[in-house]
Parts: sequence; C-alpha cells; structure tokens
Amino acid sequence: MWALLCDFGSTFTKTRAVDLGTGEVIAAAQAPTTARSDLSEGLGRAISALDVEASGEPAVRLACSSAAGGLGMVAIGLTPTLTGEAARQAALGAGAKLLRSYSHRLTRADVAELEQLAADIVLLAGGTDGGESTIILGNARMLAASALSAVIVYAGNRQCADDAAEVLRAHGKHVEVVENVLPELGVLNIEPTREIIRQMFMRHIVHAKGLDGVQARFADVVMPTPMAVLEGAKLLAEGMARRVGWGDLIVVDVGGATTDVHSVAEGTPSQPGVVWKGLPQSRVKRTVEGDLGIRINASTIAERLRGDRKWRHHLEGLEESWIDEQAASLARTVERLPASAAERSFDAGLAAAAVDIAVSRHAGRIERYWGPDGAVRVQRGKDLSSVRSIVGTGGIFAHSEDAAGVLRAALYRSDEPDVLRPRDPRLFLDSEYAMASAGLLARAYPESALMLLERTLKETA
Amino acid sequence: MATSRPYTLILGVIGADVHVIGITILAHALREAGFNVVNLGIMVSQEEFIAAAIEVDADALLVSSLYGHGEIDAEGLRDHCREAGIGDILMYLGGNLVVGKHDFKEVESKFRDMGFDRVFPPGTLPDDVLAWLNSDLASRAARVEETP
Ligand code: B12
Repeated sequence: MWALLCDFGSTFTKTRAVDLGTGEVIAAAQAPTTARSDLSEGLGRAISALDVEASGEPAVRLACSSAAGGLGMVAIGLTPTLTGEAARQAALGAGAKLLRSYSHRLTRADVAELEQLAADIVLLAGGTDGGESTIILGNARMLAASALSAVIVYAGNRQCADDAAEVLRAHGKHVEVVENVLPELGVLNIEPTREIIRQMFMRHIVHAKGLDGVQARFADVVMPTPMAVLEGAKLLAEGMARRVGWGDLIVVDVGGATTDVHSVAEGTPSQPGVVWKGLPQSRVKRTVEGDLGIRINASTIAERLRGDRKWRHHLEGLEESWIDEQAASLARTVERLPASAAERSFDAGLAAAAVDIAVSRHAGRIERYWGPDGAVRVQRGKDLSSVRSIVGTGGIFAHSEDAAGVLRAALYRSDEPDVLRPRDPRLFLDSEYAMASAGLLARAYPESALMLLERTLKETA
Repeated sequence: MATSRPYTLILGVIGADVHVIGITILAHALREAGFNVVNLGIMVSQEEFIAAAIEVDADALLVSSLYGHGEIDAEGLRDHCREAGIGDILMYLGGNLVVGKHDFKEVESKFRDMGFDRVFPPGTLPDDVLAWLNSDLASRAARVEETP
C-alpha cells in the first residue's frame, strides 16, 4: 500500500510516493508549477517521472497547496492585543497568508481596502462570549454592505452570532459561524476556527483558485501547505498510542518570500518567580515573517548581516558592490540556486540571519520591571528554552553545505539572555520536505507519517 | 432595557505590584455575590485593564494598589479609557495607596481628581465594596433608562 502525496508550491510542484507500511519514500519528483496554465500539466510531468509502476494504484491521494497565492486571509478583532491577536493566531495556524488585520470599528476606508485585498477568507472576531457586541455587529453590517465575495468565518461573541450571521446572509454573503476564538479572557480557543478554515479551503477556495481540475483527476487538495507542515510538527511532537512523540519541538521553514516558525510546546515559564502575562499561547503556534524571505527580502537581510557581529563572517571577502548586486538579483530571480562558493556562503548567511531573527520574534521573552523591591520579572510569549528538537525545512536545508550552521542560528544567544530560545536541542534537517507529506498523512495514517519522519529527518551536529 | 445578565467587573493589581491576597479575597467575595468577575491578577498594566474591559464589555474597573506607587501607576487611566471608547466606565481604587501615613481625605481627593469614582482606605472589607457597587451600578442603570 502506498500514498501519492503532492505539494503544489508557488514555483515547484513536488510529488512523493510513500510506502504506508514502512514510511519509506519510494519515489519523488518535482516539476515547475505551471500556474497560469493547468496545474495538472506540471503534475502530469512529475508523476510520469515517478517510478511506481510496479506498485499499482495508490491507496490514497492527498495534496496541499500554496500555489496561486496560497490561502489569503484577513483577520478582524476588537482590541489588537486580545481578540485581534487571537484571530491572527487562528488564521496563521490554519496556514493562511495574512494579508492584513484590523481591530476596533471598521471604517469605510478599511472596507474599501478589504475589497481590494481580495482575501479568500475573512475572519471576524471580537468580544468574549457575553462581552462587547455592538462593534462586532457594526463590523458585520459593514462587511454585509461591502462588495466582498470572500467566505466570512464568524468567531466572535456568540451572544450576537445569530444577528451577525443573519445580516451577512441577507446580503448574500457566505458565513460560517464557529466557537469564539476568545470565549473568555485567558482562554484561547482557535482549533474550531482552524478546522472550519481548512474545510472552507478544501471545499471552496481550491475551486476558486482553479485547482479543482487537479483535484478531480489526481488528488484531494485537503489543506494549505503551511498547515500541513504544522500538522506534521504536531504529530511528531505528540506521537500516537503506539509510538512516542519527540516532545516539544520547533520547525523552521526558510523560504524565498517568508520565513515561518512553528512551535509545538506549552511554553510555560521555566524560570522560578516569573509572572506569565499576555494572551495565552496556542500550544501549536505558527508565526510568519514577511520581511525575512531570503529571496524577496535579500537586500534588507543583507543589511542585518552587515550589522550583526555573529553573522558578518558570511560576508568575508565579498565586495560591498557584489553583495548589493547579488541581493538585488536574488529578489528578481526567486527560484535561482546559488552557483559559486561566494553565492553559497552569502545564501547561507542570509538564511542564518533569517532564522535568527524569525526564531527570536517567535520565542517569548523576559521583561524586567523595577519595583520598589528590585526587579520583578514578567514573561510574555512562550518559553522555548527547553525545547528538545529543532527541524529545518525548506530549500536551504536541502542544498546548503552549511545547513547545520544555518539551523544553529535558532539557538539561545548569550547577548540576548532574555529571549527564551532553545538552549540545547537536537538539530534535524528535513532535506526531503517530509514535514508537509507527514502532515497530509497525519489524520488517516499517523503511524506511516511518523515512520516517514523518523526515516527522513537527519540529525546534524 | 433592564438587563438580566450579571454585571461584569474587572479586577487587577496595577503596575509592578505583587500583593495578591486582597484582590483574591475581593474577587471571591464579589463572585459569591453574583457578579461576573474577571480577575486579571497581579502586575496588570493600564493597557491590559482597558483591553480586557472592552472585550468583556465590563461595567466597572476595580483597581488595587498596595505597594505605594498607585499614583504613578494609575496616572492617566481615566483619559486612556476615554481614548479607548469606555470613558464613562465605573472606576474604583483601593488598597494601600500612598507611602506612609496620610490624611485619607487628601488621598481620596487626589485620586478622585484623577478620575476614580470611589477611593477606598486600607483595610476596606469586601462587604463595603459590595454595598457601594450595588448602589452605584443601580443608579447608573436608572440613569440609562431615563435617557430615551
Ligand atoms: C503580605 C505582604 C507582602 C508580601 C505579598 C505576598 C503576596 N503574594 O501577596 C510580600 C512579602 C511579597 C510583600 C512585598 C512588598 N511589600 Co508588602 N505587605 C504585605 C502585608 C504584610 C500584607 C498585605 C496583605 O496581603 N493584606 C491582606 C489583604 C486581605 O488586605 P489588603 O491587601 O489591604 O486588601 C483588602 C482591602 O485593602 C481591600 N482592597 C484591596 N485592593 C482593593 C481595590 C479596590 C478597588 C477596593 C474597593 C478594595 C481593595 O480589599 C481587601 C480585602 O478586604 C502588608 C502590610 C499590611 N498589614 O497590610 C505589606 C505592605 C502592603 N507592603 C508594603 C511594602 C512597602 C512592600 C514592598 C514594596 C517592600 C517590602 N520589601 O516589603 C514589597 C513590594 C513588592 C511588590 N513589587 O509588590 C507596604 C506598603 C507601604 C505603603 N503602600 O505605604 C505595606 C503596607 C507594609 C508596610 N506597612 O510598610 N509584601
């Protein structure tokens, strides 16, 4: 029995044939995603390159996609730090590309902007259950009167869910009502929202993006690619009845357009006497850094490299003008692989800086308040200092000679002692892009998915 | 419209203050008395009080300060509430408000000028707080009903 797994990327479509009994990758191929014509064309080529004739038909065919712009979402909350943040975490955790987030009362200018953004899904939150209701109802009315055609997911105060849904439906909008992302202060509840977003993606967005030809002929596109990575990470950390998981872990995904960090960990304070503040953290959490794509943002990351003593050695022997030109050219030719030794070193430098900054933003930190009694310490975000494993996924970890060095950039820095990054984790490289494949298999074939990860993730010093 | 739902109160100890006992007792007593109590605990910033009050549509903010820095910590709170659209929320302050012994009348008028509706002296018992809350919230509800 084998599974055919497929990842429609923005530039490449990757297919894998995985033996469900052993988790072994029987065959793998990739072809350019011919986004403008029919995706199945690129797919057809990838499949014909797979050597699985002897194995007969696959038992299951599953796909994830970040093609055609991925899943574009807008998140709306009431206050930026509470339901606004909860909505953002839910959207990111569902693998969305967050186009914009709003809080408080939507203005007419906001709605005009929203119409331009052409999001696939708009997430509307605001108010705890039984809490504030006039602003979210007003926002629902604004959305109702707009030209928006996106699916609207209502995950706000349940006391006025019916009224909000009614006014939206009366204007012909497609509304899905789910449990509140913040039913009460201190209780984050993003799973129901993630699940409905996944279902909407599968049932409607895939169709709207013209992926359904592929779906009918080849494989069910069941989730956005970043969600597959997150599901893979979750399974690997938690394990299943017959297989122990790896415990708390982080997955860093360095891409050309963004750098994503996924953590599976409670993040409770490990230092004594620390007060934990802020919105509760989702155990399975994804953050996306849109300014840290190692192609699109090469120039700005290069600036950071110049300024940070720790990473400056990647620039050794490189002329300033060469760096500027190289960075500009990387931004133009996104799919380009480094050709010379200098280009490879520069590339690794960009990736190391991206990992460094992205993990630093994802991790929680300690702040000191000077009270009359001396310092009082407050933790915001997750304490990831005792995370046991870090997995690097994405092209750089497959191609770079210094992949281990790039991944080490995620570790604790003694010059930033208050950033709660992993201190002594084991480091693993996912050079086969197995994380997303495992995420696709996680529900129906968790054991195969775990075996796949255990086989393919390579430990590095 | 007479509301049948319980009043919602936000409680918290402001600033870098860690004195948790008073607020815990108060939260317990008010919850027993039927209020919907959201206790933000210790070391609560003004921003946290305000965001919480907005999301739960709170009827009152009960701010506690024990360690003697209440004046700096609570400065501007009323204006910040106004900026955030909840300018007329009922606001109480209690605990041990200033360092050293002071005439409480002076302390009270200083904090009332800062926008607190009531200021409570050290050692205030939960029953007193309850009585004031019931009467203040009732008269506010009556005022709302009068305005068409
Ligand atoms: C226990 C205690 C501590 C403990 C706190 C433990 C904890 N986790 O809570 C520790 C040792 C940590 C501590 C530290 C400090 N403390 Co101390 N502490 C006390 C002490 C002895 C008791 C406080 C208490 O719990 N009382 C019992 C509760 C039930 O009463 P309450 O807090 O007053 O609350 C009641 C009412 O006031 C009211 N109430 C309270 N808040 C509010 C709010 C509203 C809106 C309303 C309506 C009513 C209300 O309702 C409560 C129930 O009836 C007091 C002295 C005293 N006897 O009060 C000093 C005291 C409060 N501490 C004091 C000081 C100076 C400090 C320190 C700055 C210095 C030090 N080293 O002691 C640090 C500050 C640390 C910090 N960052 O906050 C001073 C404050 C001086 C001032 N304000 O003028 C006091 C008064 C001692 C003193 N006489 O010097 N302290």
